[in-house]
Formats: sequence, C-alpha cells, structure tokens
Amino acid sequence: MENPAERPASAEAGQHKFFAGIGPHIRSGESVSRIMWTVSATLFPAAALSVYYFGLPALLVLIVSTASAMLFEAFTQKAMGVKPTVGDGSAFLTGLLLGMNLPSGVPLYLPVIGAAVAVIITKQLFGGLGYNIFNPALIGRAFLVASFPKLMTTWPVPGETLQLSRVDATTAATPLGILKEEGYQKLLTHFTDRYDMYAQMFLGHRGGSLGEVSIIALLFGAAYLIYKGYITWHIPITFLATVAGLTWLFGGDPVLSLLSGGLVLGAFFMATDYVTVPQLKRAQVAFGFGCGAITVLIRLKGGYPEGVCYAILLMNCFTPLLDRAFRPKKFGNTAEAKA
Amino acid sequence: MSPSRFKGGVHPPDYKKATGALPVENAPLPARVVIPMAQNIGAPAQPAVKVGDLVKKGQKVGIAQGAVSVPVHASVSGKVIAVGGFPSPMGFDAPAVVIESDGLDEWVDGLAGNEDYMSLNPDVLRTIIKEAGIVGMGGATFPTHIKLSPPKEKKIKYAVLNGAECEPYLTSDSRLMEENPFEIVEGLKVIMNILRVTEGYIGIEDNKLAAIKAVTEEAGKVACELVVETYYERDGLEFDVPKGCRMGVKVVPLEVKYPQGSEKQLIKAVLGLEVPPGHLPMDVGAVVQNVGTAFAIYEAVRYGRPLIERIVTVTGPGIKYPKNLRVRVGTLFEDLVNYCGGLTDKAAKVIMGGPMMGVAQAGLGVPVIKGTSGIVALTGKDAGVLDISPCIRCGRCIGVCPMGLNPSLLGQLIEKGKFEEAKEHGILDCFECGSCSYVCPSNRPMVQFSKWAKRELAKKKVKV
Repeated sequence: MENPAERPASAEAGQHKFFAGIGPHIRSGESVSRIMWTVSATLFPAAALSVYYFGLPALLVLIVSTASAMLFEAFTQKAMGVKPTVGDGSAFLTGLLLGMNLPSGVPLYLPVIGAAVAVIITKQLFGGLGYNIFNPALIGRAFLVASFPKLMTTWPVPGETLQLSRVDATTAATPLGILKEEGYQKLLTHFTDRYDMYAQMFLGHRGGSLGEVSIIALLFGAAYLIYKGYITWHIPITFLATVAGLTWLFGGDPVLSLLSGGLVLGAFFMATDYVTVPQLKRAQVAFGFGCGAITVLIRLKGGYPEGVCYAILLMNCFTPLLDRAFRPKKFGNTAEAKA
Repeated sequence: MSPSRFKGGVHPPDYKKATGALPVENAPLPARVVIPMAQNIGAPAQPAVKVGDLVKKGQKVGIAQGAVSVPVHASVSGKVIAVGGFPSPMGFDAPAVVIESDGLDEWVDGLAGNEDYMSLNPDVLRTIIKEAGIVGMGGATFPTHIKLSPPKEKKIKYAVLNGAECEPYLTSDSRLMEENPFEIVEGLKVIMNILRVTEGYIGIEDNKLAAIKAVTEEAGKVACELVVETYYERDGLEFDVPKGCRMGVKVVPLEVKYPQGSEKQLIKAVLGLEVPPGHLPMDVGAVVQNVGTAFAIYEAVRYGRPLIERIVTVTGPGIKYPKNLRVRVGTLFEDLVNYCGGLTDKAAKVIMGGPMMGVAQAGLGVPVIKGTSGIVALTGKDAGVLDISPCIRCGRCIGVCPMGLNPSLLGQLIEKGKFEEAKEHGILDCFECGSCSYVCPSNRPMVQFSKWAKRELAKKKVKV
C-alpha cells in the first residue's frame, strides 16, 4: 500500500456538528412518562366520581397519597444517589392507585404510611421502576390492612350531595362484607330487587374504597387504554371471566361477583401493571386465570370478604415462571428446512 | 387479493413524498472519486494500480481475493492520485484508491456485450457477474456470484426480487422500478437461467403503485418463453396466459410495513415459507436479490459493464433540495449534498442508508459505495442522543419483532453480561432491524446490545 498522498477534504460544514452511530435514528415517540400519565388520566373519571360520592375526605386522601408517593420517591432516589425520576409519573400513579384502594374516612397518616411502604420498600429498594416484583400500591394496601384492620374496614356510605366533613358520614358494610357475614338474601334486602342491586353497584352508589365504587367510570378509562393499545384484553377479561365462571360454578351470583369489590379496578388497572405481570400473551392468560381463581377462593372460603388484592400479589410471584413456561414461537420454527 | 404480509414489524411514516415522484437525475461527474477496496461482505480486494497510473472508466483497480470477494473498478477515467487509508462510511479508515477525473469519462477497451445472454451457460454468467464486481445492492453487499452458487444439495425452486424498499425516505429502488423495469425483469430472467428455476417473483410494497404497474406492464411485453401474471386485482391489471410457456414471473404486492424488505420476511410474505433459525433462504429453496442487483446483472451480461454507478436518494429534512441521483461509486457525500443545495441549518445527522438501519456519519468526506442506497439528513430530536431508562417490561418490542424474539428479555440479559443465555433465547437470529428500539418507551439501545452480544459470543467461539 502506498503512502496516502492526499486525503479527501473532510467536510464538516462550518456550523454542523454531526451525531454519528448506528440506528435506528427515528422513534415512534412513545415514552414512559406518556404511558404513566395517560393511565393516571384514565383513572380520573373514577377518582372524580369518588370525590363526588364521598366528598372532601376522598379528595384529601387522594392528594395525600399521590403527593406522599412522589415525595418519598424523590427523597429515596436522592438518598441512593440516583437522579430523581418523579416526572415520569409512575410514583403519582402508584399513589393514585393506593388512594383508590382506601376507604374515604381513613386518617390521613394512613395514605402516608401506605405510600412509604409502596414506593420506598416495594419499588425503590428493589431497584426502582422496572425492577420491582410486587405491585407497589397493593403491597401498600395489604400492609395497611394488616396494621390498621379496623380503620381499613370502616366504609363511609356515599352521600347524595357533596359532603364536606368526615364527622357526619355514616358508615356501613360493603356489599361483599354483607355477603360474607350475612349471605346473599340479606344483601338483596338492601335493594329493591336484583336488577336494582346491579344498577346501583354499576353506577357507584354503594360503600367501598374510593376506586371500587363506580364501575362505569372505571370501564370508560379501561376502554380507552385498550383502544390505544396500552393494555390488552388478555389479563383483565380472563380475570373477570374466571371470577364470574367459578362463582357461578360454586352456586354464587356471577353478575354480582363482577360488580362487587375491587375486581374491576384490580383487573384493568393493577393486574395489568407492566412491570409485575407476564409479558407474553399466553402467560398473561394464565396469569389472569390464576388471579381469578385465587380471588374466588378467598371470597368464598377465605377469611376476607375481598380477595383481589391478595390474588394479584400471589400471582406476581409466578410472573417469571409463567413467562418462561410460555415462550413465544420463534420465526422459522414451523417451516421444514428443505435439504 | 389483499397484499402479502409477515408477522410483527412497525409502521413508521414513509416520508417518501419528497422524492417519490422525482425522476432520477445524473449527478454531475465528480472531480475526484475514492474507491474503497472493501465494498462487500467477504475478503476485500487488493489494489491493482499505483499512484500515477492512468485509468479508464470500468478498469479494474482492485483484484478480488479468493472466492468470497469481488473486484472493484474505476468509476471515472483519469489518474490515480493516492492509494491508502481513507475515511469510509463504516466509521473507520479503510484502504482505497483515489482517482482524479480527467473529465473525459472514457470507457476502458475490451468490454464485451452479449446479445444472446439467455443462452449463456450458468458458469459463464457467474463469472461475468463476479468480474463485474456485482454485490447485493440493497445494502448488505454480499457477493452476488456466491449467492447464485448454492451448493448442489440445495434444491432451488424460487428466484425472488426484492422491490420492497421498506426504509422510510428512500426511493432509489422505487424510481429504478418505474424507469427501468425492462432491465430489472431481464436481470431476473438471467438469475432464473443461472439457478435453473421456473418460478420468479418480484415483491413490491403496495405504496409504490406506479412501480408495480411499470414492472407488471414491462414483464407482460416479454417474449413468450416467459409467462407473466400479476395478482394486482385492485387496478384490474390481468394478462392472458399463453399456453405452453415454460417460465413464470409473478409480481406480488406487499403490505407496507418495516422490515418487509428483510430477506426472510420477504420470503415469508411472497412464498409463505419461514426460513428456520440459523438457516439461509436457500434452505427453503429460495434465492433473493435486490432489484438494483438485477439491473446491474443485466448491464454486465448484456453490455459487459462493471458495477460503477447506482441510484442514491439524497433526502431528509436536513437537505435543501432532495433528489434521486444516478451516482458514480466513489463520489464523496459532500459533492452530492452540495448538488442538492447543501444541508439546512438544523441538520444534525447524515445517515448512509435509511433511518432504521443506516449508519450515521461523522462527516461528509466519505464515499458512496456499491451498497449506498441513500443519504438521509435528519434534524432536531430525530438526531439527538436519547436518555436510556430501565426496561419497564411493557412488551411492545415483543409484538413488533419480526423474528419472534423477546427483545425486552434479551436486552436485560445482555446488559448483565449473560451472553450465553441471550444466545439460548435467540440473539443470533436478530438481524438488527431496530423495530424494537423504535417502539421502546425507555429508548433501550437494543441494536447496540445485539451487536455487543454477537461480538462477545464470536470471541468465545474463537477461543475454543
């Protein structure tokens, strides 16, 4: 090889600084923050309705839970020497879901403690977003139920008009509570008839946690998420179908089973949390089925009236196993190689 | 019939409006060309000339080394002014021959054409193709004569031309199909002759209606030893099939999706066959060539011309006046960009190839090589460096991977250095199309992970 006599002129035109490297150089525009804030936005109708039914106390619970979640995340990340990522909306969403799982009448130190357990322990100590094994909001709620059982099972009755004070609120058991303690027939006496019961529960006019009450608002939000491809039908529909089917199999009222408790909230918004549920479609169906089965088991045979929270947490343990069991079919495994 | 398709893939906007309808212009004869010795997969050529030599257009300036290698030729007539290492579009300096043009643009003597090319023996045709320096012009630059020499045990039944051009912005193949459909179909005939197959297919994405029409129409005029059918029902284009015909060429409209132009995905869409992991198209009886390669084959076999020029789309928001140009191999990017009015103020990335799999250049002083299908200049956020976050396991990548892999899991394994496990999960099947990174909300650098893992795994193999 001869010595180079002359090199072609390098042509960085004056003001241009080029970024070099391999592709892809264009992106779809999706981002973590867009996903998180969108999911929070779809919960807004249900949150707004819960404030309408339960009044100022509900609003305070939600504000405190979301604010605490964000503060705890920023604090923990700073303490660990990591750049705070609170702006991505995942802490806000955790706080919102936690708040939606609480009765409106709880003292405000409960959402604070719950947010701490959810964000600091369940999420940040495991490595932050993407690394947690368990659903943070549900661990927060489970911790509160274990630590403050009386407070966490005191359910204010929804008011007809906007309530401003917690003191005047009357409390009563939730439909699932009545079902467990006193049975189906007793539950029916609270309503005009079966269809009235369904209608009331669908619209939200019954006791429960903030996020349980209004099925219709939750479904609107979930429909948007499915339409835009943020979640798919695999987990929620399988979950719901399993609960209805198994309840019917054991002699219960399947429609009631779908409308009561935190099932709709859990199936669409918590059993679909990307980080803690399987990624593969068939694994997701298995996950949904497992959640449904455990929910029915706890409802019918367990000590608690509601089983959704624990069902999801128990199934979170199985997520890696399910993903491994249902690996996708690789391209080319169907064709016969012609010799 | 609805267009053919494969599973997975993404739909970036196609950005082809700027140049899709622009006829190809001849780029001005460059004052100087830089001819790299390595413009192919396989062994690079060795320089055949020294400083001071006078060369003519089409003269061999690099000798092929061994079987998987092709020669390189002067793309202008003039004087060799340098032989040595020069910046190449692959990111490092590479051996090249620099020729200063004498402006006369004279062909070398002795280039022989063949009017009766269809009666030539396949081995003769392969030699012509190798001597013409023809490589895969879709960008992969695999030596064509090798691809057309499958081992005897492989029963080849199908010859497929790739007219998909699925990368956004690029319109070189599209214009070639519209303007030179005859040469392309003739090139396919030569390929079918060499491989002794009777079934030929041309896959074209159905956003290129004019190209589909032109290729179909041209193929219909071909003398009757070939049968041409098209299934493009939408425009009611159908042809009567003359009886007793021996060979068939079918134009297949394809769903517009990236990466439809990837060989294995093309075969799946056109033939319905899936090439098994670790295998090649010949294992399902198919050989695929780019339409540009077919054109070059015709030029070499009919006129004896070596591969010295190609169509390049110079485009993007960073180019003042986007064009489709007929470019001599070795022309520097800066010459072409200047001919197109120069870069706009906001230009920040200049990519050789398309925006999904192309390589962004550090400067404009690199030459066009045989596989350069486009020069795309991007601006603003398309051009910046993105923040990387941890994988949130959303699964979007799994839905788009055309090879049915799990990029989310592979990325996490590779990040932790678990290359063997990544291999078990199929990282070697990844052809780095970038669809996964394209949809990732965390901007995970999947292509980088893939390249890194493959290099580490190759190192381990060598050690043993």
